[in-house]
Amino acid sequence: MEEKDKENNGSSGGTTRRQFLGQVGLAGAGLQLAPLLAKATGILPDNEALPIEPITVNIMINGSQKTLTIDTRVTLLDALREKLMMTGTKKGCDHGQCGACTVLVDGRRINSCLHLAAMCEGSEVTTIEGLAKGDDLHPMQAAFLKHDGFQCGYCTPGQICSAVGLVKEGRAKTDAEIRELMSGNICRCGAYQNILAAIKEVQNA
Amino acid sequence: MNESLGKPIDRVDGRLKVTGGATYAAEYKIKNLAYGAPVLSTITKGRVKNIDIQQAEKMPGVIGVMTSENCMMLHTPSGSDPGSGKFAEKDLLPLQNDRVLYGGQYIAVVVAETAEQAEQAAATIKVTYDEQKPVVGFEANFSTAYQPGSGLGGAKTQEKRGDADAAMQSAAFTTDETYTTPVYSHNAMEPHATIAEWNGDKLTVYDATQSVMGVQGLLSNILGIPKENTQVYALYIGGGFGSKGFTWANTLLAPMAAKQFNRPVKIELKRQQVFSAAGRRTQTQQKIGLGAGVDGKLTSIKHDTISETSFVDEFVETAGVATSMIYSSPNVEVKHSLVRLNRGTPCPMRAPGESVGMYALEVAMDEMANKLKMDPVQFRITNHSDMDEQKKKQFSSKYLKECYQRGAEAIGWSNRSAEPGMTKQGNLLVGYGVATATYPANRSASSAKATLFADGHAEILCGTQDIGTGTYTVMTQVAADAFGLPVDQVKVKLGDSSYPKGAQSGGSQVSASVGPPIRAAALGAVSKVVKMAIADEKSPLYGKKEEDIVVNSGRIQFKDHSNTSESFTDVLRRKGLDKVEAQAKTNVSTRQQQDAAPAPDGSPEAKIEAESKTNAAVQADEKTDRKDYVFHSFGAQFAKVLVDPDLGTIRVEKIASVMDIGTVMNLKTATNQIMGGILFGMGMALMEETKYDPNNGRIVTRDLAQYLVPVHADIPEIDVQFIEKPDPFISPIGARGIGEIGVTGMAAAIANAIYNATGKRVRDLPITPDKLIA
Repeated sequence: MEEKDKENNGSSGGTTRRQFLGQVGLAGAGLQLAPLLAKATGILPDNEALPIEPITVNIMINGSQKTLTIDTRVTLLDALREKLMMTGTKKGCDHGQCGACTVLVDGRRINSCLHLAAMCEGSEVTTIEGLAKGDDLHPMQAAFLKHDGFQCGYCTPGQICSAVGLVKEGRAKTDAEIRELMSGNICRCGAYQNILAAIKEVQNA
Repeated sequence: MNESLGKPIDRVDGRLKVTGGATYAAEYKIKNLAYGAPVLSTITKGRVKNIDIQQAEKMPGVIGVMTSENCMMLHTPSGSDPGSGKFAEKDLLPLQNDRVLYGGQYIAVVVAETAEQAEQAAATIKVTYDEQKPVVGFEANFSTAYQPGSGLGGAKTQEKRGDADAAMQSAAFTTDETYTTPVYSHNAMEPHATIAEWNGDKLTVYDATQSVMGVQGLLSNILGIPKENTQVYALYIGGGFGSKGFTWANTLLAPMAAKQFNRPVKIELKRQQVFSAAGRRTQTQQKIGLGAGVDGKLTSIKHDTISETSFVDEFVETAGVATSMIYSSPNVEVKHSLVRLNRGTPCPMRAPGESVGMYALEVAMDEMANKLKMDPVQFRITNHSDMDEQKKKQFSSKYLKECYQRGAEAIGWSNRSAEPGMTKQGNLLVGYGVATATYPANRSASSAKATLFADGHAEILCGTQDIGTGTYTVMTQVAADAFGLPVDQVKVKLGDSSYPKGAQSGGSQVSASVGPPIRAAALGAVSKVVKMAIADEKSPLYGKKEEDIVVNSGRIQFKDHSNTSESFTDVLRRKGLDKVEAQAKTNVSTRQQQDAAPAPDGSPEAKIEAESKTNAAVQADEKTDRKDYVFHSFGAQFAKVLVDPDLGTIRVEKIASVMDIGTVMNLKTATNQIMGGILFGMGMALMEETKYDPNNGRIVTRDLAQYLVPVHADIPEIDVQFIEKPDPFISPIGARGIGEIGVTGMAAAIANAIYNATGKRVRDLPITPDKLIA
């Protein structure tokens, strides 16, 4: 699914499939997949430094229109952290296994490390920095603070964005369902029980 | 009096953390920043023959490639000053020669304008090796095992009292089993990261570290620059669990590259790189022998541990260190030995020693209780140690028996069937298990500075850091009470190496170490204001005695006469002062081995020591006679598990932990800490394992899809309780650290519950379904 999206986006951006996969594969986000693909299709050039043409994308981030001219290999996560200096969104594993980079794209929670910024043309992105209204915390942020739903705070922005998305989805009715549907967000400090309490409070409000 | 200590206030840094405003090491906005991408070895042992960087150097955006051929030379750390931090691999300073001693070791760093350019260029670098046969496989190398020197903090690795072998032979009941634990990886959510920036000969480093002071000392030592030219920041740290306690090569490579290419450089490890290049827990094999009489009293305990270390440093997992003190027995023998393998160096991981050691001992205790047909809780109470029989000293305080009682009640112990496999919940087998938890209560010398401002607020500076444990919060509470101010008027600043030297975040020592000097410095500042007032004719307190003055909500007042009072602000404004400062150092160590030498003359530390001689709180604290006591925290941990008899799947349904950790400084953060420890122990028991390729010795499970940690769906109901009785000797605050003890009994409690459910004893962690139905 992810690869297919990338491919479509790559073609529409004027890059050939061959160049695109070479670039993406080596960029690290697809590090594990790329050698396999390359072997299977024989498309990965051996000794060729590919020119990277920057592209321009327009993304609505937390209600503000941003125009970015970026390397096609830049993930949404790195665009936020390194290009826009919005470091609230965290990088824990950089390949979709920990959830620290969770943001809402068009209302849907996604791992921003598995999403290229180039795929976000015209999208509305909400990050942790966009949840509070001035000094008023979003109810989920306030609930995390009240229930101590974190320790080191590194997974917290992802947990909160994921929780906001979860409540909107309206799928989770029981504790077990909340737990299951939040399992893409790892908290190594182990504040899970408090995160559950925070989510339930917001859900029942 | 203001009393915020003990109250479950929200984290003072919580707002920043829930809004994304807390800044971690890789997140500083640095002008002209370049990105470093490490290249790691793909062989496990040998020499680098050639590194072909030609193509990489020509790629767009590449600034340069740093290798052993062109990088700066480093100074070997002296290692004699314990306060100067510990470089994790003393014989492997990065890129200093062509040797490869483990898979995933740094070979080069590509520096480029963007992270994408650096990574793509790094992928083109071709390294050719002169490969040698690596030493791989733990058990396969037992024949090379040797006796190491001391463990962490000078812990003895060989202990003996009585004659354990003779006692074993004459014991009515004996058990003798072997327990194995795999390599574990910390996997703090924030990967190790460093930004380094040179300004002339001055270096600024933003590092993911558990010790800003240690990193400052090491950088100064290894790069050969004065300490005062080395500034280290770690304002927020995304977890450490020991992995950021020792310093790893990334912290050196960033300033090396920054110097070489004359650009600020950021090195942020990939999750996969963290597994090999940033520490882990060692693998262990532990043989435990127990002898007991018909009365259930232990007559002999033997604990023999083999663990492994690398070829570039020696780290001993002192698994048996608690065995000599936790139960009463006239005969004890504890041994540790080490084998060297071509692996990255192990390091402390949450409760180093006790986590794996108490797992083995506490499962052995369960096996013995079973043989004796004695209730496992009763068996532990029967063998309760009233004193440390090895060191022949009293415990500073100990309420372990109460922990067992309350924990048993909380888990529903009375529902446990003594006979395994007898209780069912639907199709699932139900089991209950118990284990004792313990961890030393460490305290070391620390300093702090307190400032009372004329506008009524106060500030604390301390060169320790908050790795997520809640140090900012509990120290704000400690300081607020000492200043006599509400918590929102007190700002605690940490994570900056220019502050007075605070403790490393390791060994559960921060609260016990920095709490007393923070309290003493704040009291010192208040005392200065009081002295000003009573000497000032214009003060309503003029001529009063200092001991008759109390502080309350920013005011100083004459005993119970609240009318005879004035605010700090009044005193300072009248004097034309905008602030009053005080510094304090408490030179107290609960580890006798640690040298508490005075600071060198003329150093900032010496100035603090001099001021501390007139600080009443420091003097009272240092005068407390501690030499007859040993300091430990204790706890009882219980688990209820459900096991599917057909599939072997295990569901932990409930955990109860009752902890005796002295004063609870903040119930909210303390409970969270213990819950975190519990889940660390649960991961250890059921899922976590770093696997090595048996042929080439490289790590196979290098990501979070293959190295499993507990996630939301795994989490049981967790009941955490505290005894809440202050430790009368550790400090005036009475609090012992709690970062680690939560892990120590958990793996055994779960393992014992699984046995109670199934009658199957798996002695090899993690207990995965395949082992259970095998």
